[in-house]
Amino acid sequence: MAIDCLVLGAGQEVGKSCMVVSINGKRIMFDCGMHMGYTDSRRYPDFSLISKNGDFDNALTCVIVTHFHLDHIGALPYFTEVCGYKGPIYMTYPTKALAPLMLEDYRKNMDRRGEDEQFTSDHIAECMKKVIPVDLKQTVQVDKDLQIRAYYAGHVIGAAMFYAKVGDAAMVYTGDYNMTPDRHLGAAQIDRLQLDLLITESTYATTIRDSRYGREREFLKAVHNCVAAGGKVLIPTFALGRAQELCILLEDYWERMNLKVPIYFSAGLTIQANMYYKMLINWTSQKIKETYATHNAFDFKNVRNFDRSLINAPGPCVLFATPGMIVGGFSLEVFMQWAPSENNLVTLPGYCVAGTIGHKLMSGKPTKIDLDKDTQINVRCQIHQLSFSPHTDAKGIMDLVKFLSPKHAILVHGEKPKMATLKERIQSELGIQCYCPANNETVTIPSTHYVKADASGTFIRSCLNPNFKFSTCSSTDKSYLDSNKSKAVSRLSVSDDRATEGILVVEKGKKAKVIHQDEFLHMLGEKKHEIQFAYCFPMHMARTEDLSSTSHMLCSFDKCTLISRLSMILSDELSEGNILDLGEELQVESFHVSVCSSDNCPHRLSSSLQNGSESVFFCCHWSVADEKLAWKIISIMKNSTL
Amino acid sequence: TCLSKGGGFHFPPCHMLSVSGFRILLDCPLDLSSLAIFSPVPIALEAHESLETDSVVRKKQKIEKTLDANDLVFAEPWYKTVKSLHLWDASFIDVILISSPTGMLGLPFLTRTKDFSAKIYVTEAAARIGQLMMEDLVSIHMELRQFYGPEDSSSLQWMRWEGLEVLPSELKKIALGADCEELGAWMPLYSAVDVKDCMRKVQTLKYAEEACYNGTLVIKAFSSGLEIGTCNWTINGPKRNIAYISSSIFVSTHAMDFNFLGLQGNDLIIFSDFSTLDTTENMENDNTYCDPAASSNASDDLYNLEEIAASLLKDDESMEEMEKLAFICTCAFDSVRAGGSVLVPIDRLGIVLCLLEQMSLLLESSSLKVPIYIISSVAEELLAFTNIIPEWLCKQRQEKLFSGEPLFAHVKLIKERKIHVFPAVHSVELLTNWQEPCVVFCPHWSLRLGPVVHLLRYWCSDPNSLLILESGDDANLALLPFKPMAMKVLQCSFLSGISLQKVQPLLKALQPKLLLFPKDLRCKIQISEANTIIHYSENETLCMPSSKESTEIYIATDLASQFHWKTLKQETVTRLDGELFMDQGKHRLLSGFRQADSKQHRPLLHWGSPDLKRLLTELSKMGITGTLKKNMDSAESKNAAGIIDIDDPEKALIDVRETVQSP
Repeated sequence: MAIDCLVLGAGQEVGKSCMVVSINGKRIMFDCGMHMGYTDSRRYPDFSLISKNGDFDNALTCVIVTHFHLDHIGALPYFTEVCGYKGPIYMTYPTKALAPLMLEDYRKNMDRRGEDEQFTSDHIAECMKKVIPVDLKQTVQVDKDLQIRAYYAGHVIGAAMFYAKVGDAAMVYTGDYNMTPDRHLGAAQIDRLQLDLLITESTYATTIRDSRYGREREFLKAVHNCVAAGGKVLIPTFALGRAQELCILLEDYWERMNLKVPIYFSAGLTIQANMYYKMLINWTSQKIKETYATHNAFDFKNVRNFDRSLINAPGPCVLFATPGMIVGGFSLEVFMQWAPSENNLVTLPGYCVAGTIGHKLMSGKPTKIDLDKDTQINVRCQIHQLSFSPHTDAKGIMDLVKFLSPKHAILVHGEKPKMATLKERIQSELGIQCYCPANNETVTIPSTHYVKADASGTFIRSCLNPNFKFSTCSSTDKSYLDSNKSKAVSRLSVSDDRATEGILVVEKGKKAKVIHQDEFLHMLGEKKHEIQFAYCFPMHMARTEDLSSTSHMLCSFDKCTLISRLSMILSDELSEGNILDLGEELQVESFHVSVCSSDNCPHRLSSSLQNGSESVFFCCHWSVADEKLAWKIISIMKNSTL
Repeated sequence: TCLSKGGGFHFPPCHMLSVSGFRILLDCPLDLSSLAIFSPVPIALEAHESLETDSVVRKKQKIEKTLDANDLVFAEPWYKTVKSLHLWDASFIDVILISSPTGMLGLPFLTRTKDFSAKIYVTEAAARIGQLMMEDLVSIHMELRQFYGPEDSSSLQWMRWEGLEVLPSELKKIALGADCEELGAWMPLYSAVDVKDCMRKVQTLKYAEEACYNGTLVIKAFSSGLEIGTCNWTINGPKRNIAYISSSIFVSTHAMDFNFLGLQGNDLIIFSDFSTLDTTENMENDNTYCDPAASSNASDDLYNLEEIAASLLKDDESMEEMEKLAFICTCAFDSVRAGGSVLVPIDRLGIVLCLLEQMSLLLESSSLKVPIYIISSVAEELLAFTNIIPEWLCKQRQEKLFSGEPLFAHVKLIKERKIHVFPAVHSVELLTNWQEPCVVFCPHWSLRLGPVVHLLRYWCSDPNSLLILESGDDANLALLPFKPMAMKVLQCSFLSGISLQKVQPLLKALQPKLLLFPKDLRCKIQISEANTIIHYSENETLCMPSSKESTEIYIATDLASQFHWKTLKQETVTRLDGELFMDQGKHRLLSGFRQADSKQHRPLLHWGSPDLKRLLTELSKMGITGTLKKNMDSAESKNAAGIIDIDDPEKALIDVRETVQSP
């Protein structure tokens, strides 16, 4: 059994996330995104790799979309309506609710740019009808074998990590996630699962971010300074997610500072998005969730709709404009108007894909930007880069991988050199096999498989009772003798042999059966055979004064003192095993030793050492399992005197 | 064990199960209909002075006469819990599953006991609504308590024998139960602190979320359609899969539909929908009752699953419900037009929400300007809550989310100031806003607690006004304190469970091996399935045969390939290794994390008995010589017990004996 992962997008890059995973005969497509940096055929994943003849319904069991960002969902209407996939599509409730807005916004902007549309408004609506919404942690039985489950991912509202299980093989695809809570969303949460494969994003594969608080303040200060000086602030964002987060931040700040400067949202679209946010408040962070009864946090008081005529209106303002990264559309229009003024500020939140104006602005301090051959923009405005991002940082990724400890990990959605560094870290620090495949590559990993066996009641019961064995492995430090304070380090190691008491029996034509070892003999109709060794030997006695008087007769009291003395000697010399003093005999594991009083003990071999009263015979027996231990004890006993 | 068959929507049944050694309590309701024996406050005040003389006189008379308002108990109400539940020690319960908000009203009584350690599973929405219901109950109770002042011993008078003696037989039956043994079930209400404490112990789930108890039981909730957040449960243990069906509605106008497909593939089904028990009697009178022959004829056809599913999900029930609501609205509308007001003391959240929508629609279409008031301490929060839970609602409501509209119309209506929400009757805003005629929604349906009492007193003599009641056990008793009534009363029943005709196809779709069916419903429906049906009745413990004999163990292949196999006569054996895990109700054997284990010996097991002569020859081949000495003691034993003396190379002795070993 194996899991095949075909990377259709976001392999060693950010953009057009798309991954097709085959587990035990089921094929799942995770995400179906588009690349914002391209406008030709490269913007979509190469779907022909899934099925040559275009029969996607049979080639795929289901499509799962983790969140509504275009690089995760952008190609979905194209895939379902143009390519003709008709199978089930799963996404969370917020994703289903907000994805059409996102797609529609993008489509409109494409229109304006005069590019050929790849899908229409109707396509989006039709596509969304095929979507089956799921709730977090809801276990969905896609078909008889395939089970999927969503976990909170934090990244944007409704973002989820998806767990998929077919038979015994299980995997998690994280999508984008955030391990630290932000203004309006909680941190990613997942159960401890047994996984064969984890596919994780790695946008910030090497970055470790410090606290958000300072950065938030920095942002607010920059905005405040700008509007105080009468400038205009442009915040190019995508319709959803970041806009709401920053808006909560600004709204809060406005209230505290008693500012009256208007905050605008471009187009009616984002205002409408707030309506969705209000209903989906259960998917936000705990803090915001609790406020729903008194004041819904997404009821913004200072937010107004923006009108095109306001672009050149006098006075300061803050404007959220779509699309993000200034790839075109309205945000570009406003940017062209506002960029030449020094008073104005452009705030770039988060990541900008290479090739966009946003990327150009971030990578240096350009004074001029060539839009195309004929147009050139003078950039004199201030540029502020927002460095808090809804993606997890390197520590978060490592934490997640460590927490889930899958058998294998695949990195996607990141930049190649950084991914390679992270891959090394995962392999060396966590010992987990890690891959970062490029686009259109396939990674094959083995998957777990279980053999079923019936277990007998005795075995299960004996497993339910703990059966610990304690053994001390002492490792004596060399320094022990030198320093007074340090003690011998003796570790108590606990072993539990419950499972090993079981025996697996396979009979021809019957189901494999697990039984307890006691039952096994019964089943065979045989009797247990024990091998025991016995040895009787003399041991030297120290000739002490008080002992000489009593050494002639060996009463039972005397035996006890002898045994307890012996036990003292053994506990000094012996490093392993538990010494049990049972009065007349001493027990170490299965090794028993007692004073032998009969002269013709059958286990006594030679009477070569005849020192009379100076030695006492000890009779010992042990079972074969503890043979080494037994001889060790005997040699200790022979070499020492009582 | 079934503890109580409950009664209708407000008092769901309660069961105790024992699965794989764990005790599971299904639902913990409160019998609020028995509040009827108490007197609502205003009367109590008037009658308080005459109480003593009056009751003494009546005691002497001892004549059974028709009940009047003065017969009711004038005391701070106590609350009746499930009586048999007190026979169980709360600390022995391992798991509590709550299937509806009403099913958790009795929970604080349990959670406040010492040593309570059970894990409580409730769906997220049910927990929230249940919490609000409990808070509301506590707050209206507190209000009532102000009239009685601090609790004194006299308020317990009715509980003593002399107090109970005085009660008319009808009330006595409610107070004591038919067998006069339910007195112990009465409890004073819990406090707000108890509620808070209780909610802290609750573990909330989503629909179809897997919860694993102790690694053994996998518990899942599936929507039942009755109300927002209500659910049916499946319990998967290592030996058995159980589904518990509570009152369910296939197609709901508000809550998520009954997800019966999720209940498929279970060995044992506990059918616990008693709702038909109350309703069928009425239906038979109306001659609308569908005779079982007709339904069984229909089911003779070979349905495949989809057909059954389709027939179950036919919209007729919800259509009927909508018509019912429409009828109520027109009735209300008529009385409002006549200048009267409408009082709706209905506590079923979904029904209220739908009524609000329809009523306001109707009022809007006419030019009548009639305000709608909602008076409840938790109404504001409840209404806000219902608008943020798209995941728990039916498909049509979810569509509203996707098209960006509010889930329920009341959001808009509140904004437009057509619906007004107030926490209490005496709030200042209400008094300034008050306008008659009007429509008022308020708790409590028992007509003993909350704002409804005041309003009913106020309107009961107005012939134009209308009271809309859910038909309950005894409307006569409920209305008793307000008599004589000139006010019109509309009683209506709402669907609160699976209708009888649909039970049969449902069970066919689920295909259980074993069905636990309530005895009381046996005569009402013939179940012609081949599978075993066991009937249960109240307070009777049934023992179910186990469906699987042995437990399955899952052994990881990578571990299995490392086993050292040994072939015996017929079978191949190997000793197991690794570590045994119990997870998600499955035993799994995985390769352990033991490192450097080579030193440690695995336990050896030898069996059979050696042949001494062969041993000796084998030994001599290895250069060891010895002589065989038969052991004297075991001369008779047929086994090869004996001693071999080894002379060379060193002296040694092999003693073969029979051990007293019992297999």
